Amino acid sequence: MATKANQASYWKENLRYIVILLSIWFAVSYLFGIIFADALDNIHIAGFPLGFWFANQGSEVIFVILIAVYVKLMNHLDIKYDVHEQ
Amino acid sequence: MSILAWTWIIVGASFALYIGIAFWAKARTTGEFYVAAKQVHPVLNGMATGADWMSAASFISMAGLISFMGRDGSMYLMGWTGGYVLLAMLLAPYLRKYGKYTVPMFVGERYYSQSARVVAVVCAIFVSFTYVAGQMRGVGVVFSRFLEVDINTGVMIGMAIVFFYAVLGGMKGITYTQVAQYVVLITAYMIPAIFISIMLTGNPIPQLGYGGTLSENGMAVLGTNSGYLLEKLNQVQIDLGFSAYTAGGAKSTIDVFMITFALMVGTAGLPHIIIRFFTTPTIKGARASAGWALLFIALLYTTAPAVASFARLNMINTLNNKAYAEAPSWFKNWEKTGLVAWKDKNNDGKLQYAKGTAFKGKIAFEKEAAGVFKKGRYGENIVTTPMDDKSTNELYIDNDIIVLANPEIAKLPAWVIALVAAGGLAAALSTAAGLLLVIASAFSHDLIKNVILPNTTEKNELIYARIAAGGAVIVAGYFGIHPPGFVAQVVAFAFGLAASSFFPVIILGIFWKRATKEGAMLGMICGIIFTASYIIYFKFVNPSANNAGNWLWGISPEGIGTIGMLINFGVMYIVSKMTKEPPQKVQDMVQNLRYPREIVS
Repeated sequence: MATKANQASYWKENLRYIVILLSIWFAVSYLFGIIFADALDNIHIAGFPLGFWFANQGSEVIFVILIAVYVKLMNHLDIKYDVHEQ
Repeated sequence: MSILAWTWIIVGASFALYIGIAFWAKARTTGEFYVAAKQVHPVLNGMATGADWMSAASFISMAGLISFMGRDGSMYLMGWTGGYVLLAMLLAPYLRKYGKYTVPMFVGERYYSQSARVVAVVCAIFVSFTYVAGQMRGVGVVFSRFLEVDINTGVMIGMAIVFFYAVLGGMKGITYTQVAQYVVLITAYMIPAIFISIMLTGNPIPQLGYGGTLSENGMAVLGTNSGYLLEKLNQVQIDLGFSAYTAGGAKSTIDVFMITFALMVGTAGLPHIIIRFFTTPTIKGARASAGWALLFIALLYTTAPAVASFARLNMINTLNNKAYAEAPSWFKNWEKTGLVAWKDKNNDGKLQYAKGTAFKGKIAFEKEAAGVFKKGRYGENIVTTPMDDKSTNELYIDNDIIVLANPEIAKLPAWVIALVAAGGLAAALSTAAGLLLVIASAFSHDLIKNVILPNTTEKNELIYARIAAGGAVIVAGYFGIHPPGFVAQVVAFAFGLAASSFFPVIILGIFWKRATKEGAMLGMICGIIFTASYIIYFKFVNPSANNAGNWLWGISPEGIGTIGMLINFGVMYIVSKMTKEPPQKVQDMVQNLRYPREIVS
């Protein structure tokens, strides 16, 4: 069974993952897709202006990836700190 | 076989399937009724969440909305998907660990307060009824357009179907019908999109196709030369006086930012979405399920902007400056529904499309006594709505036409058109069912079991739950038949309210043990009052002032939920700091939520 110290570090690592992943979440949608979209539109990739692409579908694709990464990380973390479901 | 016959067959078959599932998944316990006995596989729960989430508006109206808004329309795409990242990381696993049946119940226990629970019940019921009325109306509209029955009859048929599986199966019945409905709706959405993508760009993946170049066939259809599709679209828009399709449009950056944020946190605070994550067998499963849900949703949400671009370019190129007699057949077919209309303002016999609106106000037509359209000089329907003289635009095109006319634009067979009808119905019915369950469980569990008759047996509670579900269906149906004029206005309400009430209270409830009852109550009340009064003022009290010049920092009523949320967070923080810390029992409960395993402290 997990000790008190173990529990605390599990939670801390979880929060660290959340902060990092939500920073990416914020960057791709609010920064790339809205605030800097006009500037990024000068770059074209495969026919898409980049800012428009982030707003139109890039953000959504990256959101899916972010959740997948979080699920993977947490599944490992649960076992590392022995707090997974039995 | 005619389109109508195909539609009856496909819609009938899909309904038979839903009823069959309802029989198979009958709920026997309250656990099954409220959370499907926590036995739903994460992937299936993902599909069910997708159907729960994607409403008639997502299916029928969203691509059209984006088509007319250009890049600004992305706020719906990002706003209605980004909330799942928040759900996966900040809400779903912890609420699943909590493991009880409703969102108000969590609020009540975490904040050791019956009044907090009651405030949450009122919010949950208000948000859900707001939403569900629109869904029932959507069912009626699909019926009237595709099956040529009266809207009200359509609403009644929809009610009967939902009544059946929601009352019989509760969450269990709803979950498995939603899985079937997801399959129907995504198939119905993708097939026309794929064929249009092939027709215009030769690429079978619409998500990639709209960034590509036009194919030989595409050039012929659109009557243009080679090049990137989006560049063509930008050029055509600029030629007609619009801003470029891929550039920002009419809305300010701050407003787009705020609306997107309000939609994201609103999504994460909507009770009918949150409770879906109570149904997975494990906490690990709840996290994964949020990922599956977003994947299934993103499939439609990344296709929608492709459909929007294809349809926009096709519409402008095949209609603008064409004589009415030469207009494509889909235009004339859909004229019958009143979703498209033309008035020859400059008397040249040609359709002209331009910036601005063709008519002032709600579209209306001149009809014979028998309800048949009167025809004008060229055979077009006669619009009685006054012309808008400020614009040379002669065309009225309803947003919904973009999805509805897709199969005909792609020249697909009749059964595909029928499938789109079944898809629209699936989208509306699945969302309605999810919302009705929230209303039913709020009544039977949070009010009857908790407040009015605490000693009731499980068997009786199940009966109350069924009665509540049945009652909710009838009320929703009533609003579907007699839609209050404000339905369209209150969608902002549902998201704004969820954003400014539930979201902060649940988040701090999990991530901050020090959050107190007083903090939560005052936070919710301030958040809701601020958001509600802002929306009510601009939407109902003084609608003529509803423009950027009068808004607070240029934020529209649709985006104000973001500020309401910040107010809630702020008030909750300050008041919690000033009041006595929560009882040890509650702090232990919060501690325990954070770990998948039971933590003995």
